[in-house]
Amino acid sequence: MALLEIRDLSVEFATAGGTFRAVDGVDVSVDQGELLAIVGESGSGKSVSMLAMMGLLPWTATITAEVMRFDGHDLLGMSARQRRRIIGRDMAMIFQEPMSSLNPCFTAGFQIKEALRLHTDLDRRARHARAVELFEMVGIPDPEARLRAFPHQLSGGMSQRVMIAMALACDPKLLIADEPTTALDVTIQAQILELLTTLQQEQGMALILITHDMGVVAETAERVQVQYAGQKVEEQPAIPLFSTPRHPYTAALLAALPERATERRLPTIPGIVPGQFDRPPGCLFAPRCRFADDRCRSTPPKPASPELGLARCHYPLTHAAEAEA
Amino acid sequence: MLKFLLSRLLTFLPTFFGVTLISFAFIRALPGDPIIVMAGERGITEERHAELVRQFGFDRPIWEQYLDYLWGVMQGDLGQSFVTKKPVWDEFFALFPATLELSVCAMAFAVLLGLPAGVIAAVNRGKFFDRALMSTALVGYSMPIFWWALLLIIVVSGWLQWTPVSGRISLMFFFPQPTGFMLIDSLISGEKGAFASAVQHLILPTVVLGTIPLAVIARQTRSAMLEVLSEDYIRTARAKGLGPFGINGVHALRNALIPVVTVIGLSVGTLLAGAILTETIFSWPGIGKWMVDSIFRRDYPAVQGGLLLIAVIVMIVNLTVDVVYGFINPRIRKG
Repeated sequence: MALLEIRDLSVEFATAGGTFRAVDGVDVSVDQGELLAIVGESGSGKSVSMLAMMGLLPWTATITAEVMRFDGHDLLGMSARQRRRIIGRDMAMIFQEPMSSLNPCFTAGFQIKEALRLHTDLDRRARHARAVELFEMVGIPDPEARLRAFPHQLSGGMSQRVMIAMALACDPKLLIADEPTTALDVTIQAQILELLTTLQQEQGMALILITHDMGVVAETAERVQVQYAGQKVEEQPAIPLFSTPRHPYTAALLAALPERATERRLPTIPGIVPGQFDRPPGCLFAPRCRFADDRCRSTPPKPASPELGLARCHYPLTHAAEAEA
Repeated sequence: MLKFLLSRLLTFLPTFFGVTLISFAFIRALPGDPIIVMAGERGITEERHAELVRQFGFDRPIWEQYLDYLWGVMQGDLGQSFVTKKPVWDEFFALFPATLELSVCAMAFAVLLGLPAGVIAAVNRGKFFDRALMSTALVGYSMPIFWWALLLIIVVSGWLQWTPVSGRISLMFFFPQPTGFMLIDSLISGEKGAFASAVQHLILPTVVLGTIPLAVIARQTRSAMLEVLSEDYIRTARAKGLGPFGINGVHALRNALIPVVTVIGLSVGTLLAGAILTETIFSWPGIGKWMVDSIFRRDYPAVQGGLLLIAVIVMIVNLTVDVVYGFINPRIRKG
């Protein structure tokens, strides 16, 4: 049985201009110890679906799903109080902006020990020892001094390490990393990614890596799920996804990788993700798709077979040559 | 820290001298002759008047009088009251405990009610409690303090007869007052019912004086909380599985306190100004009432000295707030 299973998740926000559907019928499934990457542009609903699962969305959000199950717990029928016992312990999350994700008024030590105080029955001394151990585990030099440091005394990379240490405090079964490297320097990005994948293997936990960077996916993921405008448009293991993308959007994302560029100008995907007021009636990607025809523009496509990467497309790409074209 | 304190003390100097000059000029700019006021209804002869003018030094050039006063101030001598002939310093500090007691109670009232009210309003943003609280706060902030005091006296003291109308303690009690703080003195006096009487006398003045700071603190806490609640670190706190108290009461409030402490510091000035009205209405024998009386008597040394001491107290409070600020906000804490 999967560690995390979400079927047909939708999230709607009540806004002044009506409801906005940020996540539209997304399925997510992760096994114990697996590394899943969720890829997509800004506004594709990657973070929102995970925040919905953690119960971290504001009250303006309406969450519906057919199944939302984690480690045998039904997240849908759960009270906020019951959910609080799971999140931060079995299911933890780190965020995009490490510097603003730490509370500026409390020391790093206070913030990491707080999670331990909440979810474990360790005493004061044991919590301190555990915090030192965690800081060493995530590669923070001089942990004793860093525990006493305030967030403004830490660099971005160091803050993200503190965030990771905090998330790992109670040995979670699942860690969700929401664009953990986006706000960091390129050299630090590689270090943090390596740290995450190493920890994932050592601790045997499942890791969901949310990113918009196909390069990050190529380096880390086992299985990849591509999201566009709140829908899952494709899902494949990493290697076939890179060699034979099935959805034109995936293909376009891959073509935009600098490493793959064949011409002087980097290929781009024209246009932007549709928002609240310009959702097309047919395939959501149709306005930006090179292959779109009238059928794409009028009829929403259904996911294709698993062999075709569940591609939500009327005309999934069938061979690599076409994708490269 | 020491360097910070010293640099702040240096900035006090211009303010200090400014206050001496303004208070000196201000009371002399008021029409009226202190000697005639002192003489009262019986009047005074020309010769006696001229003699007193010479005695008080009013015949000398005004700048000489100012320098003379300043010289005294530098030596810690604020002069003698024209009316009581007692040193202004002694007069002030005999009455100051009453004002301090009232101000501390009013501030405690404002903070203890205002902080939680602001937090609860922010957490329930847009709901009934929030709207009700914020409208009440606006009314409280806009209400003239003397009118509010009279209203409370009529309803609470008059109709309901729950509290006395004026004074610090019932006339039935008489005991030594070593500290000058009625709550403490009545407790250590051991007289039965004295403490209860002191508390009863404090209630209305506290509420009246604390109303405006209460409204300001509640509104400021609410808006600071709203800003803080949308920060990333609040999401982190929630992702840890913290409950509402941990999120709002610890993570959010600690950050929201930064602007609130500033407002509390600024309120101290307002509080001392409000004390003048409140003390006059409730016949509270503090420096506020004493200042008003001194102004009417044209008691130059008393008014000058009183203003100067109040200004120094406000400056010290502001310095304290700056120090507290450093403790609350680690980002500005420097060695």
